[in-house]
Amino acid sequence: MAIIPKKHEMPTQAPEARAHNFSEVAMGYPMEIAVEEAKRCLNCKNRPCVAGCPVNIDIPGFIGCVKEGDFEGAYQVITKSSSLPAVCGRVCPQETQCEMKCTLGIKFEPVGIGRLERFVADWHNENASEKPAAPKANGHRVAIVGSGPSGLTCAGDLAKKGYKVTVYEALHTAGGVLVYGIPEFRLPKAIVAKEVDTLKALGVDVEPNVIIGKTLTVDELFDMGFEAVFIGSGAGLPNFMNIPGEACKGVYSANEFLTRSNLMKAYRDDPRTPIMKGGKVAVVGGGNVAMDAARTALRLGAEHVYIVYRRSMEELPARREEVEHAIEEGIDFRLLNNPVEILGYNNPDDPRDPKNGFVTGMRCIRMELGEPDARGRRRPVPIPGSEFELAVDTVIMAIGTSPNPLIKNTTEGLEVNSHGGIIVNEDGLTSRKDVYAGGDAVTGAATVISAMGAGKIAAQAIDKALKRR
Amino acid sequence: MKPHNAKEVNGMYQIVAKKALNPTVTQMEIEAPLVARKARPGQFIILRVDEEGERIPLTVAGTDPEAGTVKIIFQIVGATTALLNHKEQGESIQDFAGPLGVATHTEGIKKVCIVGGGVGCAIAMPVAQEFHRLGAEVTSIIGFRSKDLLILEDEFRACSDRLVVMTDDGSYGRHGNVTVPLKEMLEAGETFDQIITIGPLVMMKFVTLAAKPFGVPVIASMNPIMIDGTGMCGGCRITLVQDGQRVTKFACVDGPDFNAYEIDFDEAMSRGRMYADYERHAYEETCNLFKNA
Repeated sequence: MAIIPKKHEMPTQAPEARAHNFSEVAMGYPMEIAVEEAKRCLNCKNRPCVAGCPVNIDIPGFIGCVKEGDFEGAYQVITKSSSLPAVCGRVCPQETQCEMKCTLGIKFEPVGIGRLERFVADWHNENASEKPAAPKANGHRVAIVGSGPSGLTCAGDLAKKGYKVTVYEALHTAGGVLVYGIPEFRLPKAIVAKEVDTLKALGVDVEPNVIIGKTLTVDELFDMGFEAVFIGSGAGLPNFMNIPGEACKGVYSANEFLTRSNLMKAYRDDPRTPIMKGGKVAVVGGGNVAMDAARTALRLGAEHVYIVYRRSMEELPARREEVEHAIEEGIDFRLLNNPVEILGYNNPDDPRDPKNGFVTGMRCIRMELGEPDARGRRRPVPIPGSEFELAVDTVIMAIGTSPNPLIKNTTEGLEVNSHGGIIVNEDGLTSRKDVYAGGDAVTGAATVISAMGAGKIAAQAIDKALKRR
Repeated sequence: MKPHNAKEVNGMYQIVAKKALNPTVTQMEIEAPLVARKARPGQFIILRVDEEGERIPLTVAGTDPEAGTVKIIFQIVGATTALLNHKEQGESIQDFAGPLGVATHTEGIKKVCIVGGGVGCAIAMPVAQEFHRLGAEVTSIIGFRSKDLLILEDEFRACSDRLVVMTDDGSYGRHGNVTVPLKEMLEAGETFDQIITIGPLVMMKFVTLAAKPFGVPVIASMNPIMIDGTGMCGGCRITLVQDGQRVTKFACVDGPDFNAYEIDFDEAMSRGRMYADYERHAYEETCNLFKNA
């Protein structure tokens, strides 16, 4: 049988329609297409895709089940390695992981592994009614700090081994960045809630409104009888550029803008939590968070949305599919541009003018790529005299975060690096006995799947350490 | 410490007591044992009234660790505080998280002047009480628009070596704003190890200006717009001017107390009005809802 050279397309909402709603952009494979796509897998001997997956899902194994129409079997294969399949199928950068390694991809397009994972997880959520049974308790208790991807993964893996796990979440809802950061149109919140419910069925306790480092300290968790603690507290405070005008009204961090829209549901009509909607919006940055902020602004009714990024499309770090979707939706990419000042309204005759202090524009400078830096990325260099103004009403800074200091400040002996990231060894163990960490709290802003990988490694190490006691 | 299930211990966040301090200011005691055990003067909590509610920060006005309750005092200024005020004793609120922020620094301070304005006095009160408990000499200056809006006079009298009550319209205490007696004291040669001011931004700005010629250290407690309150969103940022450099700080994790001489108050006032139109509209909608109910 001839090999189909291209991945089967996944149906999506038309760009002109989805730019004005918060429903999911990609709609998932129908069953027949999923089976056809699964048949593209060569089932090759070296299975390079498995090594490309940060949590080492048995990819040919689950795809084999899909080929046979055994979708529940496929789900069981995936959940051996991943606690959040419906999430990963949607937000993983497969093009730089499993799909990049795919043997088929040497000559043709790789197998649509992410799309198949999503199909399998969605099929299970829709069709399987059985809740997983809580495994036999082994009597050990582990506390997890933060309910984002690393924490949920660590919790799930330990719960499956019989540990009594409590997850402490600072916010009012479980999910971390999956609920406050990633927008509804890319990852519906009902899916996150379902994954959390699955963990609860495994016996995991989730305690919202508990800020570790404030409400309880890490040391108190040990006093309470937990034998190990995993810190997955996330990325932390947003970075700003430290350019003039960043305190103007209408300047947001991406964290704030997305939290208002996602967690606090400001995208709904008549929300309780306000957000600036409409007008012209500039998002500064080129990562997934920048794409999410830009596309959220568009859906909130912006008349024009710019992405302002200081390097070129080649260096733009966002997931390819999100960039393509953003371009289709009409996001205006201003590449090799860098802001130097945010301009605010100022009526010199009337200091009480209510428009005073609101953003009116952003002054930018054009950049060119110079010599490669230590990481091999070509360094952007400003072109003298190339400054220009962009008229905008809202500016969203999506240029990364710095680790949250709350846990470091209240946990004696917990060592952090010069960026504030928690220092861990290859097992995720910190400088404190029985305290593990992973995800953005260790690495700084990274991906959902790398955080999950770290949660998984820590779970294995915790299991190894506690089993001996 | 015994293992616990925080759902039982941290609970339903029940309102165990409610009292109107004046027509627009309400005091509540909320059942939240984990917060009650930890909260120190100057710290705050974040609450949501109901499932769809917004997150608002409120400063802790007192705690009873034995009873597991936290006292909050709030002015009904917007939709969320109106909804909160609509809840009665015995009812519960959705979420109550804390304590957040850094507690007021008290070490080495023997003589302190607390300057509170309006509902800010609710935040100033536990700070004054803490200094009193630690044996410091406490002068309190509290100001209100008029006699009707006066709150917590007895509480301040009990923890202050000297109390001056001011009203803008002269309907109670002395006539004028809080900077008047502060200036008089400083001009008469009185010194303080620390002035702590808590209230409207414009009042804190003028307290700072009044103290400046005398070189007395001033701390201001900031109350900017916040969402998560845990060091994630960056909405609460304020600008400090340190050695001529503008430095961004986050009130939720670096504050809420800051060296008042470094704060860009004008910027903070401007940022505080970001959603003024929206808030007015939401408040009116909520009030109408209750009127029709």
